[in-house]
Order: sequence, then structure tokens, then C-alpha cells
Amino acid sequence: MPNMSLTKTPMPEQDPKVRARNFEEVTLGYTPEMAMEEASRCLNCKNMPCVSGCPVGVPIPQFIKKLTEGDTEGAYEVITSANGLPAVCGRVCPQERQCESKCVRGIKGDPVGIGRLERFTADTHRKSGKTAVTKPAPNGHKVAVIGGGPSGLTCAGDLARLGYEVTIFEALHAAGGVLMYGIPEFRLPKQIVQQEIENLKALGVNIMTNMVIGKILSIDELMEQGYEAVFVGSGAGLPRFMGIEGESLVGVCSANEYLTRINLMKGYREGYDTPVLQSKAVAVVGGGNVAMDAARSALRMGAEHVYIIYRRGMDEMPARKEEIHHAKEEGVEFLNLNNPVKLLGDENKRVRAALLQKMELGEPDESGRRSPVPVEGSEYELPVDTVIIAIGTSPNPLIRTTTEGLEANKRGCLVVNEDMLTTRDGVYAGGDAVTGAATVILAMGAGKAAAKSIDAALQQK
Amino acid sequence: MFRIVSKSVLNPSVVRMEIKAPFTAAKALPGQFVIFRIDEQGERVPLTIADYDREKGTITLIFQIVGASTIRLSKLEVGDRLQDLAGPLGMPTQIPEGAKRVCVIGGGVGCAIAYPQAKKLFHDGIEVDVIAGFRNKDIVILEEEFRANSSNLFICTDDGSYGRKGFVTDMLKERIESGVQYDCVIAIGPIPMMKFVSKLTKEYGIKTIVSLNPVMVDGTGMCGGCRVTVGGKIRYACVEGPDFDGHEVDFDELMYRNGVFREREADCRMIAQADSKEGK
Ligand SMILES: Cc1cc2nc3c(=O)[nH]c(=O)nc-3n(C[C@H](O)[C@H](O)[C@H](O)COP(=O)(O)OP(=O)(O)OC[C@H]3O[C@@H](n4cnc5c(N)ncnc54)[C@H](O)[C@@H]3O)c2cc1C
Ligand SMILES: Cc1cc2nc3c(=O)[nH]c(=O)nc-3n(C[C@H](O)[C@H](O)[C@H](O)COP(=O)(O)OP(=O)(O)OC[C@H]3O[C@@H](n4cnc5c(N)ncnc54)[C@H](O)[C@@H]3O)c2cc1C
Ligand code: SF4
Ligand code: FES
Repeated sequence: MPNMSLTKTPMPEQDPKVRARNFEEVTLGYTPEMAMEEASRCLNCKNMPCVSGCPVGVPIPQFIKKLTEGDTEGAYEVITSANGLPAVCGRVCPQERQCESKCVRGIKGDPVGIGRLERFTADTHRKSGKTAVTKPAPNGHKVAVIGGGPSGLTCAGDLARLGYEVTIFEALHAAGGVLMYGIPEFRLPKQIVQQEIENLKALGVNIMTNMVIGKILSIDELMEQGYEAVFVGSGAGLPRFMGIEGESLVGVCSANEYLTRINLMKGYREGYDTPVLQSKAVAVVGGGNVAMDAARSALRMGAEHVYIIYRRGMDEMPARKEEIHHAKEEGVEFLNLNNPVKLLGDENKRVRAALLQKMELGEPDESGRRSPVPVEGSEYELPVDTVIIAIGTSPNPLIRTTTEGLEANKRGCLVVNEDMLTTRDGVYAGGDAVTGAATVILAMGAGKAAAKSIDAALQQK
Repeated sequence: MFRIVSKSVLNPSVVRMEIKAPFTAAKALPGQFVIFRIDEQGERVPLTIADYDREKGTITLIFQIVGASTIRLSKLEVGDRLQDLAGPLGMPTQIPEGAKRVCVIGGGVGCAIAYPQAKKLFHDGIEVDVIAGFRNKDIVILEEEFRANSSNLFICTDDGSYGRKGFVTDMLKERIESGVQYDCVIAIGPIPMMKFVSKLTKEYGIKTIVSLNPVMVDGTGMCGGCRVTVGGKIRYACVEGPDFDGHEVDFDELMYRNGVFREREADCRMIAQADSKEGK
């Protein structure tokens, strides 16, 4: 008999006041009892609406059924048949817009906590230490993967499992992409990412860090070195600025810079050399996950006031619902329908305030969201000593400008066909480099699809 | 990889290190730089590739000891390894087509960054005048190297204790006024020096290339920390630079932006100096 409770089994969390000042993970994960309780809310629907909402088609009811039978290892196998990074996805996927948005239990009450169950399954597996990865027999083909983010890791893993000799070329000193430098420890412990990378290494994937492709080696040189196919998963890391007066003031930085100093360089920890801005009042401009991560990190770095400045309304914010909820609980102050028009500095060129203009919602624009319209004469100063810009990123031009014949659209995104093949023979691409800033699961899906195409192409050779 | 194969002290605050880095050595060109990390706790620090040996697979770094990271680097010895090193990064220096006579100006440790340019140009058969400026005689570096790789070498010191007394701009002005025709000036050194050289050459309409040193983190175009304003536009020095047209650079902005972590760095310096006195 299913559990007919209308609400999700609550997730144990650190107290908001306490966690707003530490970098430990916010959500603590279900106990086996909680997982059982939540799993038994699933009706095991025949038509599996939830699966249609999952970009990689995880067999959701099947894994949840295994959980109700107490077979967590079995559940893990079901999930990993479709998703190689469940511990990551269970934590960072926007479930409310994917699987959970389609769940029939959501028609009346909360949907099944699919993300939480996925995380429980992956964490239980990891703690059991059962990572019996065996290196498959080599098939004699070499493939290069550029970028060690979720798309590259997934593509490399899938190919390695088929016996390919795969080398990941990563520009930074650590693989993981946004999972390492962007998403903070309190939302995605770096040890989990490291574990996934270790698993890939055990599969035989070679990871070369400090390799900025386009500078140190070009794609053409990789092909000359005998790589028969190349997958480009270089992400969309180039930060956009607003182009308003005062953006060069000291104390103004991109979210990427702020988060990289904290996450990748561990600037928040004693003993690490990389400095991080020490702030009292921080304005974070933007309404996505990146903005929430920057704002919540600023609180943890000791800021007294942290504001989210977003030009649209609360309902239009693109961030995961849970992140907005957590940010509010922790004390982030939301200034929706506000837009910075100028940043003001003191005599030492340090930012001292943001000049904000109020907005109101007008007609829906092409994205279907009601577009913000400035309210004349509504400008006011918000005193801040740090401004973090999180209004979006675009793909880095480095690879496309150093590879002849690689076409990109006008937003700088690489053009690919349905097989993830770019306009260059043997060069495939996927993830944010193709879509522009999107999600971890879409990047993984693209890496998977590319691995399949690469395998098909190379097996025909 | 990244093993230190030789080390020498050029003056009390400037050290030269040759490091095994075959990927970097194979591709490096004058004007490019590397970013390294000493160890897991270290920052990512940019330094120019002062020289490279493609056969030996080594690069040379010349750095001034200014703060925590350069103090730690200076304490490493031959045989020690850096944890990470990425490069060559940035764009190589672009000398205007057909240039016949170029003036390379270095200020202090900027001479280390200017040296590979002078060497390459001289070997390409271009007339190279080098003007190297230092505060005083004790900190003169690379004199022999410059002499062997230039048509004329002029050393200036602020206090007149060696070479000519005065600033590099005085020497440059004198040369130009005496009728020497430069097709291009390359100026590398402290921000005020590059600013005043650019101001002077603008009056004479001489193309001027400067090498900028904004604060960097990743060096791949991902953080925007290295943004500088050139010709009124935001440019990322790590991928589009570090060389830019000196007549277009907003030097004042670079000056205050480079001070962003000044207070915290001053603390680090004091701690590091205290440590070194205790012999740590
Ligand atoms: C702060 C932040 C929070 C986010 N939160 C979420 C979330 O909660 N949920 C979610 O689903 N998505 C989230 N996202 C988006 C998600 O992280 C990305 O969509 C995803 O990481 C894209 O994966 P990718 O593999 O395409 O690229 P990336 O993760 O960007 O990885 C690209 C990698 O390629 C490397 N690279 C780039 N150029 C080169 C080169 N020339 N040579 C070699 N290597 C190179 C980069 O260093 C990087 O490691 C967030 C993004 C950010 C920035
Ligand atoms: C492209 C480039 C090439 C460079 N080449 C050389 C070189 O060949 N020789 C040399 O002596 N120096 C060079 N520098 C400067 C060198 O990177 C800094 O001196 C060094 O980072 C100082 O670190 P620190 O911890 O020892 O000192 P700190 O006390 O941290 O800093 C002292 C000053 O150095 C600058 N600085 C600090 N951190 C960085 C950073 N991450 N990136 C850039 N600048 C920073 C700041 O202006 C700061 O005020 C170069 C800088 C750049 C950007
Ligand atoms: S839609 Fe909801 S109830 Fe139905 S199978 Fe999926 S998770 Fe279970
Ligand atoms: S150093 Fe980060 S973008 Fe240039």
C-alpha cells in the first residue's frame, strides 16, 4: 500500500542560522527510514510520466521500486544504467522543472522526492565502498576529450567503458569544470566530485590538467598525435559584464571570479594563499543558480548584508526553487524588480554603492516571461562594498578561434548536428559549449550522445 | 614535470629559475606567460616566459620577490617541483610588419619581460635599442644578456649610480630628438613608466606596445579579473593580451584595480618576512 501523505518526507538540514556561517553541506540526506517512507509514496505508474521529464531517461519508478524492496545496490544499478553521476544530479538538478514536475503525485500535493531518493541511493552506494570498477579490455582506438566538466567526464566514462583509450585535457589544475570551480562545497561537496573522477581514472581514463587547448596544443595537433576523434566540452565560462559605469571599481567582480577564489582555490580556508574579497554589504546581480551560490557564499565569508538584485519578479527567477528557498532562510535579502544603472565609488575607487532603478512588469517577451520596464525617476542608492555580477556567461572563444572550420552561431556556441558532430570531421561537441549556459544533466546527456556517435563512427572505420 | 633545473639570484630581490616544462617550451613565444601553483595551498601566479629552450624542454622565469607567493617561490631550490604550470598563455607580441628599428624599454623587473622581445627582434635582424631603467646600480639585471642581444644598450638609474642619471623617458626623448626613427616602441615595467612612455610616444606618433599585469586567477578567460580598459572597451588581458596598444590603455584604472588585495597582501608580506627571519 503506497504512502498517501501529500507532503514530501522532509529533508534534514543544518539550521539556517548556523549554516549561513559555515561551508558544510546544507542538506544532510535521508536516513534509510526516511528514504523508505518517501519511496513508498511512488505509485509505480505504468506510463512513467516522470521519466519523460528526465533529460537522460533514468528509469525512475524502477529504481524507486528497488528502494521499497530495501535493495539500494539494485536501485543504484538501475540509475547508473542511464546516469553516471547520480550523487551530483541528486543534489543539483532542477527536479521541479524535470522529473518531479511530471509526477502524478504532484497534481495534488508534493511530487515524489525523486532527487532526494537519487541522492540517497548514490550516497549509500558510495559509503558502502562498493566501487568495483574494472578496466575494460582496450579496443585500440584513441579519443581526446577537451574539458573535464560534466559533459567531458560523461563522454570519457562512456567511451572508456567501451574500451577506448581516452585522455581528458583540462585547462585548470583540477578536472570537474563548474562542479569544482563554480558550485560551492555547501551544495556539492568536492569530495563527491573527486570520487567520480577517481572512478574514471580506475576505468583507465587519463586526465591531463593544465592543458589549455588552443594554446598549448591545438585540435589539429591532437589529431596528428593519433586521436581519432575529439569531443569538445569546454563549457560556457566567459563571464558577461553589464557595461554600466563603475564596473571597473575595486570590489566589483564576476561571480566566476568570486566563486573560483572560494571553491577551486579554497580561499575561504585557513592556510590557502588565494585572497577573497572581505565584505560587509554585497550586491549580487542576477537571479540564477550562479547568483544564489555567490550570495550564499558571501554570507559564509562573513558579510552582514547580502542582496540579490534581479530585474524581474520572484516567479521569473531561473534559479532552482530549493536554492532560492535556502538563500531566503539564510538571510539573503531579495531586491526583485530592481536593476543597477551605475556603480558609485569612493575617492580610492572602491565601490561604495549601487545606483538601482525600480522596474515593473510589462508585457510578456519572446521567452514568455513578463518583461521588466524601468520606472522613471525611481533611482536610489544601495550602500555596498562589493558587487558580484552573475548575469550570465557565454562560451569561451579560445577553441573556435584556434580551430579552422569549426563553426559557431552568433552567440559563440559551437554548431553540431544530431550526432553531436561539429562542422569539422571527427570533432564532436556538447554541453554548455553548444547550448550556452544550461544544466549539469543536459551537459551529461550531450556527453553521452557524443560518446555513442563517436563509437558508431569509429567502429565503422 | 615542472622541476627546477637551475636557479640564480640576479639581485637581492630578483631571482631567475629555469624549469622543466616541455609542453610550454615547445610552443612559447616572446610576450607569452605561464600560470603556476607552487603546491595545493598556493595561488595561481602569472609570470612571463623570459626565455625558453625548445631542445631541453625548459623555460626561464625571472621574478621579483614582492609578496607571499614570490617569497615562497624564491625559497625553492634546484630539484624541487612546482605542482602545476600552464602555458604558454596570452598572445605573443605582435611587431608591426616591416619594422626596421625598434626601441625596447624595460623598467626594473620589467626588463625580464622585455628581454625575450629584444632577443627575438635582434635575431630577426631588426635594429634594437634597449633602454633599461633601474632605481640604482645594485639592482641592475640582465646587462650582459641585453648587450649581447641589442644594437645599443642604454642603462639609466634614478640616482645616477650607474649609466645615465634619469628616467627612461628622458633617454627615449633624447634619442627621438636626436633624429633616431623608431617604427615601434615596446615598454614594459611599472605602470607609471608605461603610462609616461606612451604619453611621450603619442606626441611623436610612434606605435607603442605595453605589457599589462592585472591580477589574474585562471588565465583562460573564465573569471574576468584581468579585465582592462583599452580604447574604451573591456579586454581580458589573459587571452587578448597581455600586450596592448599603449596609446589606448587606461593606466589609471589598472593602477587602482591592481591594489584590490593590497591590505591583505601587506599582512602576508609581514608574516612571510617574520617567518623567513625565524628561518622557517
Ligand atoms: C555557480 C554555478 C552554479 C550552477 N548550478 C547549477 C545547478 O544547481 N544545477 C545545474 O544543473 N546546473 C548548474 N549550473 C550549470 C552547470 O554547472 C553547467 O551547465 C555544466 O557544468 C556544464 O557542463 P560542461 O561540461 O558543458 O562545462 P563546464 O562544467 O563548464 O566544464 C568545462 C571545462 O572545460 C574546461 N575548458 C574550457 N576551455 C578549455 C580549453 N581551451 N582547453 C581545455 N579545457 C578547457 C574548463 O576549465 C572546464 O573545466 C551552475 C553553473 C554555475 C557556474
Ligand atoms: C601576464 C603577467 C606577467 C607577469 N610577469 C612577471 C614577471 O615576469 N616577473 C615578475 O616579477 N612579475 C611578473 N608579473 C607580476 C607577478 O605576477 C606578481 O608580482 C605576483 O603575482 C605577486 O604575487 P605575490 O604573492 O608574491 O605578491 P602579492 O603580495 O600577492 O602581490 C603584490 C602585487 O602583485 C600583483 N599581483 C598579486 N597577485 C597577482 C595575480 N594573481 N596576478 C597578477 N598580479 C598579481 C598585485 O598588483 C599586487 O599588488 C606578471 C603579471 C602578469 C599578469
Ligand atoms: S510519476 Fe511520480 S508516482 Fe509516478 S512513477 Fe514517477 S515518481 Fe512514481
Ligand atoms: S585571468 Fe581570469 S579571465 Fe583573465
